[in-house]
Amino acid sequence: MKKLFSTFGFWKVTAVAIMLAGLYSTYVRFFQGLGASTNLSDTFPWGIWIGFDVLCGVGLAAGGFTLAAIVYIFNIKRFEPIIRPTILTAFLGYVLVIVGLMFDLGRPLQIWHAIIMWNPRSVMFEVAWCVMLYTTVLALEFSPVILEKFKMTRTIKMVKRISIPLIILGVLLSTLHQSSLGSLYLIVPEKMYPLWYSAYMPVFFYASAIAAGCAMVIFESFLSSRAFNRGLELNLLNEIARICVLMLGVYAVMKAVDLSDRKMLSLLTVSRFETYMYWFEVTVGVIIPFIMFTQHKIRKNTTGLFIGAVLVVAGFIMNRMNIAITGMEGWTSTTYIPSWTEFSITMMIVTMGFTAFYFIAKYFPVFVDDHEHEDVHKYSANVYSMHDDLRKVSSPV
Amino acid sequence: MLKKKAMLIDLTLCVGCNACQTACKEANHMPADEEKALSTTSYTALDEYDGVFVRRMCQHCDDPTCASVCPVGAFTKMPEGPVVYDVEKCIGCRYCMQACPFQVPRYEWSSTYPRIQKCIMCHERVSKGLPTACSEACPTGATKFGDRDDLLKEAYERLAAEPDKYVQKIYGEKEVGGTSILYISAVPFENLGFHTTLQTTPMPQLTWNALSKIPGVVTVGGTLLFGIWWITNRRQEVKEYEQKLHDTNHSHNGKN
Ligand code: SF4
Ligand code: SF4
Ligand code: SF4
Repeated sequence: MKKLFSTFGFWKVTAVAIMLAGLYSTYVRFFQGLGASTNLSDTFPWGIWIGFDVLCGVGLAAGGFTLAAIVYIFNIKRFEPIIRPTILTAFLGYVLVIVGLMFDLGRPLQIWHAIIMWNPRSVMFEVAWCVMLYTTVLALEFSPVILEKFKMTRTIKMVKRISIPLIILGVLLSTLHQSSLGSLYLIVPEKMYPLWYSAYMPVFFYASAIAAGCAMVIFESFLSSRAFNRGLELNLLNEIARICVLMLGVYAVMKAVDLSDRKMLSLLTVSRFETYMYWFEVTVGVIIPFIMFTQHKIRKNTTGLFIGAVLVVAGFIMNRMNIAITGMEGWTSTTYIPSWTEFSITMMIVTMGFTAFYFIAKYFPVFVDDHEHEDVHKYSANVYSMHDDLRKVSSPV
Repeated sequence: MLKKKAMLIDLTLCVGCNACQTACKEANHMPADEEKALSTTSYTALDEYDGVFVRRMCQHCDDPTCASVCPVGAFTKMPEGPVVYDVEKCIGCRYCMQACPFQVPRYEWSSTYPRIQKCIMCHERVSKGLPTACSEACPTGATKFGDRDDLLKEAYERLAAEPDKYVQKIYGEKEVGGTSILYISAVPFENLGFHTTLQTTPMPQLTWNALSKIPGVVTVGGTLLFGIWWITNRRQEVKEYEQKLHDTNHSHNGKN
């Protein structure tokens, strides 16, 4: 217990340090402009705030719609115990994307223009609308948790009544949004290195987001089981890992076929910076976790699951960063290394996300085993929390 | 009918006097100092390649990439040819900079309320029937303003008159679907920093390929999801009902 407390203290100190640095950078960003706070330039107008905060933030939230579809559309109710934390992660992810955008946009106060000034030919317009609508949907999907706390049963019933259309809308919006982030880059066929540029980027973005979303469910279940000293739904996560490995496989095959269709396979052996980064990304994010997750033994093992999930997430982030940064550097013959202010703002945003998750999970019935299950579904989570592997976990349910 | 205007830039006639930049800066009320590259205070600039001067500026594409990517429609292609920018709409996402195939738009990075800046093809003058300021100032006729059709014809005549001198190509005639700035040259374009591998179809087609699939994804996806939900839900209900029947030992009062 003492040890846990001291690690927690360490994280608190780190979080405060990150927040302070971030606040200073925020000041620089808004009072001195993008030039003073970033290493962006006319030749390199998009940096990590787009590459990481937006592309990765949205992608890592993909667990939300994947799991919502599994539980409510495919009616596989045994996944219900992990749906709330997953939706919360997705919601926070989207809020943080919006926060990130406020830093990145040159005229953030004009962000609402996208609501009334339409340009349906623009992918960015689609992205803007997806962010707005899906954040709303996620808020509604999560609202019962908040309402439950305040015992607003009438309102809960209202939300429940529209829950299926809401879930369907959410899945559709996510599909559009995940793929549209890939479409953003369709317009730069000359500029992006051909290992990454493909007319199928929207599809790749979608498939890899589902894989990464699954990995995030595992990752975040693991972290919260530690933070809240609660059980781990190991058998459920094992199955999530199977979905993840399936998506990784589909993704890998599509990427390979696409490379050979475009006659770009030879690029895989050219000695260039891009080639190394490509292989790094694919090995870490696809090949190793694919091999790991196909092993039943590893999927059954907490550490194995966790490491596999971390690799998928890391590979996913590398892919997005490669597309946003590595793949664009060659053509413009610039090197872009984010300034420390850019870094610190990104870290501040991520820290805000973790902190918000921690407090919401602490004060609201996010984890099903914490609250009385007066839900419409009679599938008590307790049945599952007592399930085979879970008996090993020492924490009281 | 309104004829689309254009500028023909004959690189063999350019002497590098920079009169175009000076005139542009004056017409657009910008600081008069000479600049060697495009910037927020110079809409046009000269590049030099072994004594050959190349005027850089916005190409005023017929189907402008910048206009298609801007989420709030801040760019407009005027019927006379110029592609203009409305700062009142801009939210500063910089997608136009990322997307422009000629890397033209510049950003006021040091401002806290920044604008995109690029050549506007003197649209106020052009809409009044006047030539652009830079073409008027050009002492050698290297930059010539006129109707696009006429200028294309003239360019072809020049290429045909001196086939040994000119590279037989008009840059901008077909690039990304055609632009309002046309170049002819005695030196191969790829040696002068031009991107010669650009596609001849307009760039916006690339993103439109994806965007046009949205209605299909929404209708097919929506129907599919609803169908799956209906089936699985029904199956669940049946199962629950049967369970109840079983539990109550066929006593048939298993109502809910
Ligand atoms: S050259 Fe670039 S900025 Fe100019 S019209 Fe074409 S796409 Fe727009
Ligand atoms: S920076 Fe402004 S003009 Fe350029 S695409 Fe974004 S909103 Fe449009
Ligand atoms: S057309 Fe007008 S705005 Fe454009 S470079 Fe010439 S003078 Fe400047």
